[in-house]
Amino acid sequence: MKVAQSQPLLKNLPANKMPELRAIVNDLITHVTGTPAVEIMNSTPPGFVIPKEHLISVCHQLHQHSGTYFDMLSNVTGVDHGPETGTMEVLYHLYSIPFHASIVLKVILPREGGEIESLVPIWKSANWLEREVFDMFGIRFINHPDLRRILMPADWIGFPLRKDYHHEETYRGIKIDY
Amino acid sequence: MKGLLDQQFEQGGIIITKIDDLLNWSRLSSLFPMTFGLACCAIEFMSTGTTVYDMDRFGMAPRATPRQADVMIVSGTVTFKMADRIKQLYEQMAEPRYVISMGSCSNCGGPYWQHGYHVVKGVDRIIPVDVYVPGCPPRPEALIGGILKLHEKIRNESRAKPTAIEKLTGQQNA
Amino acid sequence: MRPTQYTYKRDNLIQSEPNKFRAEELKSEEMIINLGPQHPSTHGVLRLEVLSDGEIIREVVPHLGYLHRCFEKHAESLPYNQIIPFVDRMDYVAAMNSEHAFAMGVERMLGIADQIPKRVEYIRVLVAEMNRIASHLIAVGTYGLDLGAFTPFFWIMRDREHILRLLEWVSGARMLYNYIWIGGLFYDLPVGFEERCREFIKYFAPKVGELEKLLVNNKIFIDRTAKVGVLPLNLAINSGITGPMLRASGLRFDLRRVDGYSVYPELEFEVPIGEGKMGAVGDCWDRTWVRVREIYESLSIMTQCLDKLEGEHKRTREFDPQAVVPKKIRPKAQELYVRAENPKGELGFYFRADGKSDIPFRCKARACSFVNLSVLPELSKGVLIADLIAILGSIDIVLGEVDR
Repeated sequence: MKVAQSQPLLKNLPANKMPELRAIVNDLITHVTGTPAVEIMNSTPPGFVIPKEHLISVCHQLHQHSGTYFDMLSNVTGVDHGPETGTMEVLYHLYSIPFHASIVLKVILPREGGEIESLVPIWKSANWLEREVFDMFGIRFINHPDLRRILMPADWIGFPLRKDYHHEETYRGIKIDY
Repeated sequence: MKGLLDQQFEQGGIIITKIDDLLNWSRLSSLFPMTFGLACCAIEFMSTGTTVYDMDRFGMAPRATPRQADVMIVSGTVTFKMADRIKQLYEQMAEPRYVISMGSCSNCGGPYWQHGYHVVKGVDRIIPVDVYVPGCPPRPEALIGGILKLHEKIRNESRAKPTAIEKLTGQQNA
Repeated sequence: MRPTQYTYKRDNLIQSEPNKFRAEELKSEEMIINLGPQHPSTHGVLRLEVLSDGEIIREVVPHLGYLHRCFEKHAESLPYNQIIPFVDRMDYVAAMNSEHAFAMGVERMLGIADQIPKRVEYIRVLVAEMNRIASHLIAVGTYGLDLGAFTPFFWIMRDREHILRLLEWVSGARMLYNYIWIGGLFYDLPVGFEERCREFIKYFAPKVGELEKLLVNNKIFIDRTAKVGVLPLNLAINSGITGPMLRASGLRFDLRRVDGYSVYPELEFEVPIGEGKMGAVGDCWDRTWVRVREIYESLSIMTQCLDKLEGEHKRTREFDPQAVVPKKIRPKAQELYVRAENPKGELGFYFRADGKSDIPFRCKARACSFVNLSVLPELSKGVLIADLIAILGSIDIVLGEVDR
C-alpha cells in the first residue's frame, strides 16, 4: 500500500487530514459519551478530553469506524500535575495510516488510586507503554494482562516521575545520591 | 636467519630474571577482557577491539564468560538494577582480576549525577577499580592509554611478603 | 579508592527482577533458560527469560530496565537546550537523528520552525543521513556477529571509522555530538568538508556492494534468516512497529515522505520495502535487506545535499549557524508531539510547556526500539533458540533507547 507523497517545496507542515476528520471524531465522541466533546487547548496534534468511563468505547469506535481507522497507537504518556492540583493525566496519541491523521486523547485521573481501563484488547502496543506509565506514575490499568514494573527494579519504593518523588537514602546499601 | 628470541637467548637459552618480572610480563601481555558493554562506551570499546585501533596487538582477546577473563572493562552507565549482576560477575572472575572503569558514567555517575535516581554514582561503590579512564565516551586511544596504565600497575606487582608494617614497627622498636 | 558500599543478600537478584516462571511450576520437559544481561551479543544489557521445551521456545519474557538512566527526570529539571546531550545518549549510535527530532519539536513550539536558514537545514539532513548510514552499518554488522560471521563486523567498523572521523571534524566528538542545537547548529561545516565527504561516498558505495555479497546474499545467512520471524503487517501496525521493520513487512511508510519535515520534500529518494525475495515478506532477511538498500538511498541523499551546499546555499562569510538560536527558550503554554524518522523507527517527543519557565513541564521520549522490542514475544513462539537470536538481531535495538 503506497502512502501518498507529500507535495514538494512546502513551507509549513504538510496537509494533515485532521480538519476533515475532526468533525467525524467530534460526532463519534459526542455520540458515545452522550455529552459534547471537549477539545484540548493549544495542542498539536489536536485532541479531546475523554471521561474515564467512556475511554474504551471511544477508542473502539475510533479504531473500527470506516471514516477514521486509527490503527496505530503511537504513544501513551502520563503527566503529573503535582500534589497541590491533585490530578494526573494519561494521554494517548493515535495515528491513522490510511487517512494520515493524528489525534490525542486525554483522560484526567485523581492522583491517589487512579485507575483506568487498559487498551490492550484494541492495540497491542499499549502493553508495554501502559506498563511504563504504571512504573513511573503508579496509575493502575484494569484488565492489563501483565501489570508490573518494567524499567525500575521490582522492589523499588516509589513512583519516580511524580512531582513529589524523593528517593530513598540507599538501595542495597549503596548511597543513591552523588 | 635467527629470529628475535633466538638472538636474545644466545647463552644456551638461559634467561636470568626475577620471578616477579616473568609473571607480571606474562599476565600483562595477555589480559583477556570480559565483554561487558553496558552503554555508549561499549561501542567505543568495540571500536578499540576491531580494526584501526586494534586491541589484539596487546594480546587482549575478548572472552564472553567471566571465568576465563582477566580484566573487566566496565563501559557504560551502571544502574541499580545492574548493580547486583556486576557484583556477581566480579565474584565469578578468577584471580588475578582487574577492573578498568571506562567513561564518566562508571567513574562517577557521569552526566547523570544530579537527577539520576537509578544510576549508581560510580562503579567503585560496588567493586574495587584499578584504572579510571575519563571521557564521555573516551576515545579508543584513551582506552588504550588506560590499558597501558594497567600494564604499569601490573608490572609493579610483587609476590614477596609485604614488609612495610614490619619496617614501621621495627623502626619503632629500634 | 572509595570503599565499596554494596551489601550482599542471597535473594538480591530475584527480588530486583523476579522471573515470570518458577522452577517448581514447570512441566517435566520444560526448562527456563536465562539469556542474562551480560551476554556475548552486542545489543546491550537485555535479559531474556526463555521457557523452552528442549530447543523449541514456548515463551520469551524480555526484562528491561538495566540501563534506565532517568532521561525524563533530567528533562524536567534542565532548560531545553541543556537536554540535547541527554537526548543523544539515548540512541547513541544515531545521535544526530535524535537531536534533529528534539530540536525540531522545540522549534515548532517556539514558532521559529520556518525561520531556520536553508543551509542549516541541509547540513542537518546531511549529518543525519551520515548517522543513519552508521547506524545501519552497526545493525547489519552486529547481526552478522550474532549469527557467527566475524568478517563483516570488522569491515563495517573500518567504514564506520571514516564516518566518525568526518563527524568529529564537523562537531568535535566521535559519537555523542551535541551539534544540532535548537534554532541552528553549533558550528558551520569546516572548509574542505564537502570534498572529503564526496571522496567518502565514492569510496564507500562499492564497499556496501561487497558487504551485500559477503553477508546478505550469503547462503548460510539466507538459511538462517529467511522465513524466520515473519512479522505480518496487521500485527506490525497494531503493535506500533515503525521503521525498517514495518517497511520490511510491506508497507511503504517512511516519515520522511509522509510527514515531509525539514528539507526532505525537496530531495529525491526511494523508500525500499520488503518483497519476500528469499521466502516470506517480513522475515529477518527482508529487514536486513531493507536496511542495506536504505544505506544506498542515504548515500544518494547525501550527494544531493552536498550539491545544494556547494551550489545555492554556499558558505558565505556572514553565515552564522547560531543566528536564530534563541537566548531564552520559553515557549507558550502548549503541548506538542513531534516525530521523526530515526534509523530504527519513529522517534517521538511529547512536550508539555507551561509557558512560565524555560524548563519543560513534561518531556516524554517515545522510543522506537522500546515499541519494536515489544513484538519479540509474539514473533518467537515456537521457534528454535538459534532463531531467537536471529530475530532479536533483526529487530535492531539499542538499549539506551529502550530504557532511556
